[in-house]
Amino acid sequence: MSRLDDYRRVAPPGAVDFILKLAEQVKGRRLLHVTGGRLGGGATEALRATVPILSELGVDTRWEVTGGDNTYYATARSLQAALQGAERLLSDESLARWVDVNSLNAKKLNLEADATIVHDSQPVSLVSARSAGRWVWRCHFDCSSAQPAVWTFVRRFVDQFDAAVFALPGFEGRLGIPMYVIPPSIDPLSERNRDLTPREISETLMALGVARDKPLLVQIGRFARAHDPLGVVNAYRLVKKHHDVRLVLAGAADGEPERLEVLSHLLEAAHEDRDVVVLELPPEAHRQVNALQRAATIVLQKSVHAGFDLGPAEAMWKGKPVVGGYTGGLGQQIVTGVTGYTVHSVEGAAFRIRHLLNNPELIPRLGAAGREHVRRSFLLTRELADELALGVHLTR
Amino acid sequence: MSSRTAARPFRFAGCIEVRQTLDVHALDERELMQRIAAVPAGSIFFHTFGYFLRHRAFTTAYGNDFARWAAVEIGDSALAERLAVVDPFAFSSVEELREHLVTILQDHLRGREVVRRVEFDRGFHFQQSHIVEVPLGVSAETLVEFRAGLATVDESAIYVHTVETRAGQRRTEAFGEWLRDSLALPELAEQFERADPYLTSLERVRGRLLSLVDTALAEARR
Repeated sequence: MSRLDDYRRVAPPGAVDFILKLAEQVKGRRLLHVTGGRLGGGATEALRATVPILSELGVDTRWEVTGGDNTYYATARSLQAALQGAERLLSDESLARWVDVNSLNAKKLNLEADATIVHDSQPVSLVSARSAGRWVWRCHFDCSSAQPAVWTFVRRFVDQFDAAVFALPGFEGRLGIPMYVIPPSIDPLSERNRDLTPREISETLMALGVARDKPLLVQIGRFARAHDPLGVVNAYRLVKKHHDVRLVLAGAADGEPERLEVLSHLLEAAHEDRDVVVLELPPEAHRQVNALQRAATIVLQKSVHAGFDLGPAEAMWKGKPVVGGYTGGLGQQIVTGVTGYTVHSVEGAAFRIRHLLNNPELIPRLGAAGREHVRRSFLLTRELADELALGVHLTR
Repeated sequence: MSSRTAARPFRFAGCIEVRQTLDVHALDERELMQRIAAVPAGSIFFHTFGYFLRHRAFTTAYGNDFARWAAVEIGDSALAERLAVVDPFAFSSVEELREHLVTILQDHLRGREVVRRVEFDRGFHFQQSHIVEVPLGVSAETLVEFRAGLATVDESAIYVHTVETRAGQRRTEAFGEWLRDSLALPELAEQFERADPYLTSLERVRGRLLSLVDTALAEARR
């Protein structure tokens, strides 16, 4: 039995057989993924699951990683931030150095493949060393509001690819190559999303110090203004006037000044109200996130600026209704009135939470619809099929 | 009838879309009209016929992406209703469908000086798709075998053999054509062609087609 067979019990009926048939069209081809690292979530998390599966399907799949010194990583981080719209100071010298280090990476790495997928910005200039095969830039973030000078700089490289792939239409910048769309997905069998026993949930929450004696409102996400955790506290306060609930905000500040400031406000709110629980979790706290989402009555994702944050998909997979902001990929995941609600304000979030708490029969109904929505549209099997189809299309 | 063997076996194929974004966007209804008039025909196909492949039971209410956008993002119920009722199968070509959509928008916008404009991330982002067909390894030579295949194949096969073949130029791969030409069942073929995928899900279409086959098989046994 292959790893892919494990997905039969969670994927839509026929999805695994469909992938097996689709893979026959690219069997024997050499596929190479290049990323800026192997750790962390997002693209690398998906690759950790899909690379072994693709190999089992007969696609000769490898995964290479670029590296360099501290200056290289610092430039790559600034470049990524500027492509996501943040102001950063990037000197010509640091950019030239970043290009040079990637040239060295290109010499060291084996870039021979029928299709090479380069993920995000750190390794993007490797394309200058391309030889045979098709080259695809897979951009996992929203670069529609990239800093213009930085986009112009990066575009020199991106236009050397045969195609680019974005998570959503509208996330793209101006390019002279075909641009495709593959939304991200969650791995239902990962530690973050796998089924947990009631005992595992209880033990994990006990270890976190979260009591379950009242309905839980849970938001998972970095303590960044983009996720509006302070707005969530204000929405909770409006709800608390009518319902005895507990709010759990779990995430990380990652040592960034803006997030540390938000965290200090949250800790102050938690100090004033024992039903506000603020948990600083490390990035690898997947089981804790899983347990919190499963214990939640309602999951919140009140982001005001997000790329394709998969928090709603994770929560919906656990059968929870989601009240979320209307930004980035959240509107794609939350079908309002069916799997949860999208809101545009603190008051809107409070209104929808109260609506659900006052009509508790809606909670399991929306939760069940959300799980089916995720099963069809946001599981790893769907992304795997999309990637194989793109491979077939580009190597025809 | 149920034991008739076809000269040409029916081979079920599923499909998957490779979605391409065109970097063409509309932020209000006037721009939507202008872009609909100008985008490649494949994009009109994607946002109308392709809707049936992408949307599931609880999201089919709008019938096409244009109507959904007018309702959800712009909040213009009147335009959403007028666009939602457009049945793409009623047109002989995608160009004719395009002209009808533009005409509706033109009529709706007549006399309106101000139209609501949305932020970029709530805009209408035009796409088109490239269909990758996947032979499913299931074939049928009799109506009984056809029923067995129809009941079990991936739901995308329902799209390929009803919507894609009906809208495109590959009618020989349509369910109806095979029933007519290879099994000599013109009445059943006609019933298949009348089965309407508009505003429903592919699974429901599958259910309807199966019940048509079941009725035909029951009549043959009488």
